[in-house]
Amino acid sequence: MQVSDIKKKASEMLLSGEVKRVIGWKKGEFDYDLTPATFESVEELEDFVYDGFCGANLSKYLIKESKKEGKTLVFMKPCDTYSFNQLLKEHRIVRDNVYVVAIDCEGKLDIDKIKSKGIKGILSVKEDGDEVIIDTIYGESKVVKGEVMLEKCLTCKSKEHVAYDESMAQGVENVSLDRFSEVAKLEAMTADERYEFWRGELSKCIRCNACRNVCPACSCVKCVFDNDASGVSAKSNANEFEESMFHIIRAFHVAGRCTDCGECSRVCPQHIPLHLINRKFIKDINTLYGEYQAGADVDSRGPLTNYTTDDLDPSDIFGGNK
Amino acid sequence: MQEVKEYTPLIVAFCCNWCSYAGADLAGSSRLSYPANVKIIRVPCSCRVNPMFILKAFQRGADGVIMCGCHPGDCHYTSGNYYARRRMSLLFSMLDYMGIERERTRVEWVSAAEGAKFANVMNEFAKTINELGENKRLEDLRCK
Repeated sequence: MQVSDIKKKASEMLLSGEVKRVIGWKKGEFDYDLTPATFESVEELEDFVYDGFCGANLSKYLIKESKKEGKTLVFMKPCDTYSFNQLLKEHRIVRDNVYVVAIDCEGKLDIDKIKSKGIKGILSVKEDGDEVIIDTIYGESKVVKGEVMLEKCLTCKSKEHVAYDESMAQGVENVSLDRFSEVAKLEAMTADERYEFWRGELSKCIRCNACRNVCPACSCVKCVFDNDASGVSAKSNANEFEESMFHIIRAFHVAGRCTDCGECSRVCPQHIPLHLINRKFIKDINTLYGEYQAGADVDSRGPLTNYTTDDLDPSDIFGGNK
Repeated sequence: MQEVKEYTPLIVAFCCNWCSYAGADLAGSSRLSYPANVKIIRVPCSCRVNPMFILKAFQRGADGVIMCGCHPGDCHYTSGNYYARRRMSLLFSMLDYMGIERERTRVEWVSAAEGAKFANVMNEFAKTINELGENKRLEDLRCK
């Protein structure tokens, strides 16, 4: 699967009038600052790219684009299709207006990890198997890909697409780590240690709302945090309580619907490991209510909109701390 | 001389209208005693309790929050408490994960006929919170 093939596919479908617009990734000023974009003509497709920095999940854009007239072509990586399915389940996307083309993903790169290796003046970044070759104004440097991959790609849940109209993917082998090991490590700590850990992390929050805005599950028309009466709308966290509250509520509102796409951590300018909060919910749901992967299908009931009569009581879960 | 304020824990109890609130009423009319620092908030169903309510209670100075509802299977709205049970399990587990003492939150099922159970639960919970001391990890100093 070549980038030129993807581009060709997009321009063919635009020219034939089968689709009105294409959602993809657009070249930025540097090789590594790509943005999701909508392309409406073949000329605009000049700027279309698909490379190691296309980590952005495009499914959320379909909420708006699929309601426009005409079809929308969208390219999706395996993890994006889970979010897409979840949004379909919630009736947020008009399925008939979307044409999904599945494309391969071999794990995406994290520019901050590359920069933290002391590599400066980056001109271009190329992938070559397990190596990443970075051309800088000071010469060429090479790094192992595994060391500069996005957190979400290191613990990739699947390389298989769960929804598409047409597949251009040839299949990639999935070699990822256990995604719950970090959560388990935190659970093994004492309450005081966990408290210190989260205070340290959450106190970095600047309430930019990027985690909320990028999340495909977090797409209410009116968000609780935009409600003027909530006392926490459109302002920075006033104190420790608000920092904790914002993140607990944000994660709770997507619990059972979060596909673990990892976008929240990817976009956090403060590098807070937000996925660890979401994954805790996923881990709890898996252990208490049975294995559940949000977005794996479009017709099952989510764990929080379902129940069984013999669910455990909260006091039983905590080992009878009465 | 600076006045030393004595610590009395504040406990917020969310009670469902159909069972637990009536249970509290029965505890009162049976002249059973339970701590006066338990503040009851009546909700139509335990399912009405939003995670934000629990956090807001802590923000406004609660040292412990307890949610009471009908026994599973007895919900006035058939299944409200089953949903509430799942939600609260996840929320309390998350609070524990964030390092907030797990004893500060609790769910109990109290029916309208269980006045004595209501008083017992509240006495016991108040004792636990008293031993734990003030809520420091989810406090908001502006609300103190």
